Amino acid sequence: MTDATVNATATPRGKKPRKRLTPTNIMLYGTLFVASVYYLLPLYVMVVTSLKGMPEIRLGNVFAPPVEITFEPWVKAWAEACTGINCDGLSRGFWNSVQILVPSVVISIAIASVNGYALSLWKFKGSEVFFTILIFGAFIPYQVMIYPIVILLRESGDILYAITGTKIRLMGSIWGLVIVHTIFGMPILTLLFRNYFASVPEELFKAARVDGAGFWQIYFQIMLPMALPIFVVAIILQVTGIWNDFLFGVIFTKPDTYPMTVQLNNIVNSVQGVKEYNVNMAATMLTGLVPLIIYFASGKLFVRGIAAGAVKG
Amino acid sequence: MAVTDGAQVVSPRTTSKRPNRLFKNMTAKLASIPMIFTALVVFIGCTIWTIYHSFTKSKLLPAPDKWVGLDQYERLWSTRRWLVSIENLAIYGICSLVLSLVIGFTLAALLDRKIRGEGVFRTIFLYPFALSFIVTGLVWQWILNPQFGIQGVIQKWGWEGFTFDPLNNADIVIYGILIAGIWQGSGFIMVILLAGLRGIDEDIWKASRVEGIPVWKTYIFIIIPMMRPIFVTALVLIAAGIIKVYDLVVAQTSGGPGIASEVPAKYVIEKMFQAQNLGQGFAASTMMLLSVLVVLIPWAYLEFGGKRRD
Repeated sequence: MTDATVNATATPRGKKPRKRLTPTNIMLYGTLFVASVYYLLPLYVMVVTSLKGMPEIRLGNVFAPPVEITFEPWVKAWAEACTGINCDGLSRGFWNSVQILVPSVVISIAIASVNGYALSLWKFKGSEVFFTILIFGAFIPYQVMIYPIVILLRESGDILYAITGTKIRLMGSIWGLVIVHTIFGMPILTLLFRNYFASVPEELFKAARVDGAGFWQIYFQIMLPMALPIFVVAIILQVTGIWNDFLFGVIFTKPDTYPMTVQLNNIVNSVQGVKEYNVNMAATMLTGLVPLIIYFASGKLFVRGIAAGAVKG
Repeated sequence: MAVTDGAQVVSPRTTSKRPNRLFKNMTAKLASIPMIFTALVVFIGCTIWTIYHSFTKSKLLPAPDKWVGLDQYERLWSTRRWLVSIENLAIYGICSLVLSLVIGFTLAALLDRKIRGEGVFRTIFLYPFALSFIVTGLVWQWILNPQFGIQGVIQKWGWEGFTFDPLNNADIVIYGILIAGIWQGSGFIMVILLAGLRGIDEDIWKASRVEGIPVWKTYIFIIIPMMRPIFVTALVLIAAGIIKVYDLVVAQTSGGPGIASEVPAKYVIEKMFQAQNLGQGFAASTMMLLSVLVVLIPWAYLEFGGKRRD
């Protein structure tokens, strides 16, 4: 007995006497198990409800597994569910979201990575001040800035019209939303890239400078290939963030271009007609599928992405 | 090869002339224009614009010349809906702060006990964070459905008088939203605190074991005080999330029953974009900003003021 304790204190990582079912262990795994049930329950309920027919839902409860599995709610949610007078299902919202997502992710990451690169390796007078404003700006509630942004987008649309002669509408179109996502994604992404580029050995940068490489040359030929992992983290962060956005979607787009989250809310919370819970849950599941797939596929990178800015910032 | 070499020799020389301090490092400055624009025009400019207009009589359109002083604020604080929103935010805020930290830390501490299947448990606890508030709100709306959800199940088991219908009971509706909010966000806090626990030196644990201090005492008296900075970070993150609560309420209850689950963020958006009462929206959003500053300024003081002292 004394031998064992002495061993344990000397090398806690070494082999301990195996005792699986101690009261401590039962409590430990018991608590974790109960917590897991709470976290998994909604996912289970979503899947189960979306696979039942309406008669079965009316007879049973939300937790009962389906007796007869049907995929009809999924088909209906995707292709037939109604919002207002449009009855072409969530597919419209899905494609809108994709159209918003791709340019938003590309542009926001492109700009933020250049910001981070300039902030860490090409500091200029005042650059730290702008960065500080950017970081503190991340805490300003969106509601404070949203109305002036609406005005800015509306006005700049007119200016663009005066300059180019083509009618480009920023407000109410996908492009206005892309700009908004770029702006509000900038603090966290810039921080992410700045911290990464700051950890690049300075000799590397200096050597490139001595060889005469300029701002863009060093960025594209040296920094970009080195920073690929952090780009993946940024992409994960932005894809889930933009896909899950509701507030900006509601304000900066019109019903035709509503992203998936907005359309989902309209489908489920519309007051007309009989509530089809199975279709609602299938639609909810469909909307949650994209971030869930990214989450399960990316594993630790997702954790790194959400913690990267948080822990250091 | 020779040609490119020549070009490379020339370029540093041209930059070394330094004709004007403004043009020094010009490419970096040009490339930072989007950032400078965001910092100055959006974050500072738009914020000041809104604060200024909260003192005006803006209705359908912003009216910068109709100055009314604090009228909008007086009206705001005598509006019942705003008062309900503030009360809800306070309840939601305090509860979710406490619960997120307690649940997050408990789970993190359990996962840190060198258990089997840590990755699986972590994945389970964190996945809700990947889902949007809309999805979260709709799922919990369904689970809390009085007829088919938790209440219905327990009644069918034989406990006929059981009532648990938070979404249709004005007194407790905010707790219904809280359940969903905690479900979505506590995994994130767990991840942050787990990272903090992993940063604790193994020697601390060895020392406390040698001294024979029970594990729970080690956590409360040694580990948690050591993790103060990471707790402060978690606190600021939760607080920043609380003030933003909007989509969760929209999806789960639409502010109902009646106005029982309204929150400030929703009040602002509706005043600005539906009720066409811009002045009220600006005043309410300025109040939101003020509440953020109340949290942010002490934190910034602790975080950055402390570093200077070292």
